[in-house]
Amino acid sequence: MAILVGLNAIVCVGLNLLVGFAGQVSLGHAGFFGLGAYGSAILAARYGWPPLAALAAATAATGVLAWLIGRPILRLKGHYLAMATLGFGIIVSIVVSNEDRITGGPDGMSVPPLSILGYAIVGERTWYWIVATLLLATVWVALNLIDSPRGRALRALHGSEVAAEAIGIDAARHKLSAFVISALAAAAAGALTAHYAGFITPSKASFLHSIELITMVVFGGMASTLGAVVGAAVLTTLPQFLTVFKEYEMVLLGAVMMLTMIFMPRGLVPTLERALAAARRKPL
Amino acid sequence: MLLRAENLCKRFGGVSALEALDLEIEAGAVHSIIGPNGAGKTTLLNVLCGIYRPEEGRVRVQEKSMVGRAPHEFAAAGIGRTFQNLQIFFNMSALENVMAGRWLHERCSLAAALARLPSLARAERACRIEAEALLAFVGLEAWRDAPSDTLPYGALKRLEIARALAAKPALLLLDEPAAGLNPTETLEIDRLIQRLAASGVTIVLVEHNMKLVMGVSQHVVVLDYGRKLAEGSPDAVRRDPKVIEAYLGAGA
Repeated sequence: MAILVGLNAIVCVGLNLLVGFAGQVSLGHAGFFGLGAYGSAILAARYGWPPLAALAAATAATGVLAWLIGRPILRLKGHYLAMATLGFGIIVSIVVSNEDRITGGPDGMSVPPLSILGYAIVGERTWYWIVATLLLATVWVALNLIDSPRGRALRALHGSEVAAEAIGIDAARHKLSAFVISALAAAAAGALTAHYAGFITPSKASFLHSIELITMVVFGGMASTLGAVVGAAVLTTLPQFLTVFKEYEMVLLGAVMMLTMIFMPRGLVPTLERALAAARRKPL
Repeated sequence: MLLRAENLCKRFGGVSALEALDLEIEAGAVHSIIGPNGAGKTTLLNVLCGIYRPEEGRVRVQEKSMVGRAPHEFAAAGIGRTFQNLQIFFNMSALENVMAGRWLHERCSLAAALARLPSLARAERACRIEAEALLAFVGLEAWRDAPSDTLPYGALKRLEIARALAAKPALLLLDEPAAGLNPTETLEIDRLIQRLAASGVTIVLVEHNMKLVMGVSQHVVVLDYGRKLAEGSPDAVRRDPKVIEAYLGAGA
């Protein structure tokens, strides 16, 4: 469970750079997650690549694809951008469902375990440490980026694109870099998830998974890296505790999204931070 | 010549917002653009900073042609601006707004940003000190760490000026900096523009407050229906019969 939380948190920290900080909505990140997962799985299972090389190649190729599709679609704003990313996600999901000769179709495909220098990584404990390390590295890199002039540029174009351009920030280039970085994080986490679980189905590349990811970011708190991790943790574990409601999982997700928007539009972590700061200012 | 615009034409549908307009801005003075509502003042400003592309004509900045360039390239060429309807980064503090303004003068590779190299940390400290000095210059040092959405309107107007100054523009375009301000705040903006001019920044001012315009400018351009009606010193423009007619109506 902690491993899945960690993998989802890696996706969310990356996605938050794009959605929370740069203010560009993506409803298709499960597409990148799926491409990383299936890319790595196919290279390793069908072509006999070493899993680590397959993972790296699939992640890099997804990054290149994100760059290619990002250039035209990031000119779109708001709803139009959301629709374009949604379309991309759906295309990926249809392709992995239909190309059953290489992807196994709706039944999914099995994925060889990850191995480093010939040693297969199978134990839960080993995976736990690997994912924990990668998550910490992702968070560290994301925090550094946000705290740099480039991070300020991203937040600036969220605040006002026209004003960001007026102080010399190339809005298109910075949106694209955030898009590619978030796609890389999603693809890497997707590939890791496939090798960890040993199995992958098209649901991981589906529209619903994109919505799950964006709900994690919004619930945890947009423009808060810690929030992205907390959002991933809560919404990954919650359905496990509520297995009774299994069939209503999507309803639950919708309810979480709505309640977040109504009662704490900034998200959980920023809302708690504000409350704490207010409490500190006037001691009891 | 700092900026030279030749034969600018800009139309919206069938309406000509700018019609064969020529404009020359010399370095080191305050130039004002005035005219009745709808005369094309804001359109002109938007053409001069690249937000609008004119159908005809061209803008040269320091003799460099800017035809077809994006707004951020105008900024890199030395054009800074403020906005009539505030365009503050409300998701940042006052200080961060000004620090963001220094973007063009930051050297920050992606690798340095991701790994937080020590050189970047040093540059960030220098950036912060400069931004603090600019906040003090516009009189906002007390609001330094305040979220910018908590600042009063008059302070936000000055914050926009500080952010634009952070980019060290050769030419600063001010779009109605006194609009919506009370007399005290207007006086503060007036003094700020005087201090800016004294520090050697070239300014193009679009403003409706005539007392402010006539007090600070050396050169006034009057627009009417997208054409240049008159230009010259404030006194010459004030006495120009064509200007009086445009403002007060024919027969006045």
